[in-house]
Amino acid sequence: MSDFHLEIDGNKVGVKEGETILEAAQQAGIYIPTLCHHEKLEPFGGCRMCIVEVESRGRTKLVVSCVYPAEAGLVVRTRSEKIDRIRKTILELLMAHAPDSPPLVALAKEYGANKDQFEKESSFCIHCGLCVRYCEEVKKNYAVGFVDRGVRKEISFIPEIAAKVCNDCKECFPLCPTSYLQATFVLTESLAFPTVP
Amino acid sequence: MDIDRIDQIIDRHQCEASSLIQILLDIQSENHWLSKEALTRVGEKLQVPFTRIQHIATFYKAFSLVPKGRHEVHICVGTACHVRGATRILDTVKDVTGIMPGETDMDLKFSLETVNCLGCCALGPVVEIDGKVHGKMSPGETADVLKNYE
Ligand code: SF4
Ligand code: FES
Repeated sequence: MSDFHLEIDGNKVGVKEGETILEAAQQAGIYIPTLCHHEKLEPFGGCRMCIVEVESRGRTKLVVSCVYPAEAGLVVRTRSEKIDRIRKTILELLMAHAPDSPPLVALAKEYGANKDQFEKESSFCIHCGLCVRYCEEVKKNYAVGFVDRGVRKEISFIPEIAAKVCNDCKECFPLCPTSYLQATFVLTESLAFPTVP
Repeated sequence: MDIDRIDQIIDRHQCEASSLIQILLDIQSENHWLSKEALTRVGEKLQVPFTRIQHIATFYKAFSLVPKGRHEVHICVGTACHVRGATRILDTVKDVTGIMPGETDMDLKFSLETVNCLGCCALGPVVEIDGKVHGKMSPGETADVLKNYE
């Protein structure tokens, strides 16, 4: 049962009150690329990959589909020259940090992004927050969090908590687009609670 | 700083999680830094995860996770102070205290930071010590002022 309808790429799509454009699209089988979205987590809007064009009352604007609530009568376009250009630049910026990340490599192919466009700054983490938010929202373990800000922002495990819970969980590992999470965990483990072989 | 004092500060804010930043600021200004013990205690009492406290404590420049000196010296190196000789002032402070910007001396007497504008360019070069502004400073005057601090 849907409350109202909107149009995505020319298809009439039914949505329920409170759903985002991304959710509406996914239910209708329309693909929008995402990096920081996860169905079990609260909308985050961190990566901007899911940007789309919406038209309402004759005006077009760019919105972030994973946080933008669907409205009756919206006309949504998931691809256009402008959208593709924005996604390409986002990818190129992220690839300065994580040039070999499989999801980035796949999307780069689709959008013609050049991983060498910007000078490399191999910090690997792309700040999608999937690990931090999953640990918080789903597992309620709070074993990993962000520290610092801006270009120095990075993830950090709390050794006391990680020592107790992580080895039996590791559910965040497959979520990380870059393996940086695993690397950080192994480093924390070897420094703070090494397991004797 | 002992646990009782930290508890007093927390109680003064009714143990409210929404007062987290204010509590951290109070501890910072009294103790000059936030120790792991202090942060852990705050987390326990307010029921806030340590990850969140750590994020906040590392996000704002007002907080320090390493011990700071009893006196915080800020040297303005903004454009106006720079052209009026901030570099020489900074060199003097480095000589007198033996520390570089971002550092604290062994006796925990001074911590030194450079800042980019204190908002009083007409007074340049400006030195701020524990919140008190000293304007139109010369290297000699700067060295004299520093002698007044214990
Ligand atoms: S470590 Fe991985 S999952 Fe965590 S924020 Fe960084 S890129 Fe995302
Ligand atoms: S998926 Fe929407 S901003 Fe990341």
